[in-house]
Amino acid sequence: MFLIRKPCQIHSNQLCAPDNTMEKEGICKFKQLFSYLGCFLRKFMFSILSVGPIPDHIAFIMDGNRRFAKKRHLLEGDGHKAGYESLISILNYCYQLGVKYITVYAFSIENFKRQPEEVQLLMDLMVEKIEDLLRNGSIVDKYGMRLYFVGNLGLLSSTVRAAAEKAMQATAHNSRAVLLICVAYTSSDEMVHAVNQAIRKNEFDSVEEEHIEKVPMIKINDIKRHMYMSVAPDPDIVIRSSGETRLSNFLLWQTAYSPLYSPTALWPEISIWHLIWVVLDFQRNYAYLQKKRKQP
Amino acid sequence: MSYSNNMVAADNSEKLVAWTTQANNIAHQLLWLIIHVIINIFFFLLGIVDTLESHLISSGVLKKYEAINVEKLHYLAIVVDSEDVQKMKVLQLLQWLADIGVKHVCLYDTEGVLKKSKEIILEKLSFVKLFEEGDENFSDPRVMSLEFASQSDGKDALARAANLLFMKHLKLRSLGDAQEEKIFTEAHMVEALKDVGSSGPEPDLLLVYGSARCHLGFPAWRLRYTEIVHMGPLNSMKYGSLLKAIYNFTLIRQNYGQ
Repeated sequence: MFLIRKPCQIHSNQLCAPDNTMEKEGICKFKQLFSYLGCFLRKFMFSILSVGPIPDHIAFIMDGNRRFAKKRHLLEGDGHKAGYESLISILNYCYQLGVKYITVYAFSIENFKRQPEEVQLLMDLMVEKIEDLLRNGSIVDKYGMRLYFVGNLGLLSSTVRAAAEKAMQATAHNSRAVLLICVAYTSSDEMVHAVNQAIRKNEFDSVEEEHIEKVPMIKINDIKRHMYMSVAPDPDIVIRSSGETRLSNFLLWQTAYSPLYSPTALWPEISIWHLIWVVLDFQRNYAYLQKKRKQP
Repeated sequence: MSYSNNMVAADNSEKLVAWTTQANNIAHQLLWLIIHVIINIFFFLLGIVDTLESHLISSGVLKKYEAINVEKLHYLAIVVDSEDVQKMKVLQLLQWLADIGVKHVCLYDTEGVLKKSKEIILEKLSFVKLFEEGDENFSDPRVMSLEFASQSDGKDALARAANLLFMKHLKLRSLGDAQEEKIFTEAHMVEALKDVGSSGPEPDLLLVYGSARCHLGFPAWRLRYTEIVHMGPLNSMKYGSLLKAIYNFTLIRQNYGQ
């Protein structure tokens, strides 16, 4: 319990600017107290949750940014920005809870069919946020996070691709936490790519054509090894915001035993309570899911 | 004297820390248990409400479920936990689906238990026939087409399709085809899957009869935009819940990413 107090104190102390009037100082102190309490309660809640199994890998489908913008009468770009803030918030909670791998569905290959202005906006936002993440003191530093950009990166413009590759290289030495960002990704594209890679790899063996019919050269594990997502274990949980109940071409190969949760909240409205609820339900079904995974 | 006093004091404070940590742990475990007990009670009550609602639906009290636009549901998939498979329940479920007016159904379970009972099921129900390629485009009012799938139609099928493409690739190479390295596209993949016999249509709706809401390995290729709904264990299946799930499906509108 004592281990919770200090980090929460540091966190809340950072809330107040140094130069304040008397009046503002009062409000500021109140904000500090509130934040301290919130932080303390959150860590306490997480320490109770940790009595049971904590998922190793959670995948998020970040749906609902556009609807959020419409609902709040904002510009569309602001919906995506709010979505980014929500993402950082959720990442903080997940890594504090002890989740090691987080995958997010940032941009699907199908999304390229949207209005060009919106696509450009998203690409620009991505480059801007990648720069933010690579700065000192960002969440990447805080959790020793390694970044992966997962998908058909060749479909991205050279600016975005360069930013992505730079981020992957800059964080390659980190190993405490992993964030996989799916851009220009669809599961069907991933499977086809893996098959192509497996074929290319096996090509160098000299095998007579007749033999192929008797002995399959390519096995499931060969395909699995060449998936973009092979750098992480299969997700334990998939969470899709906005209440939609489909996977939309996301991690179809990897989610055979990953329960899908569909909270009705839009992505910028996702809160810690949704996460806590999902983890509790995961703990309820843990024994059953472990049994299913272990079956041949 | 003071030395031994210090030793005793250090010893005592160590014991105090150990005791506090243990008490802390026990308190945490107790709280965790209490939370889970509360959650289980909540789900139990939720189950009762669901059962009640289901009875109301099947007895026709809730009017909105009477007229379901079943034409929107082109292809339905049912995933059952292999360990829960009970032939009587499956037959009953198929009867209900036929009553609702569903025309094409795919039955899936990981181990292939349902596949093994294929003949019995087809025999016992007069209104079903085995699914054949192209069936999804036709709708015979008297007949429901039934497809059986298992794990071997999922990842295994993809591996077999990959080998087919590999063979093609080697053939091209051995013919001295000076073409650049051939990259297979999604279209080639679909063809290859068809050739290995695992290319059913993509279901619009997938109902999971199991303990958790996961697709248990249903052919990944066919799940891209499928709505996945959890129905609970097969044992406690209810007609009203089935009707509700299909009704809710007909209300959905998809963007397909755009």
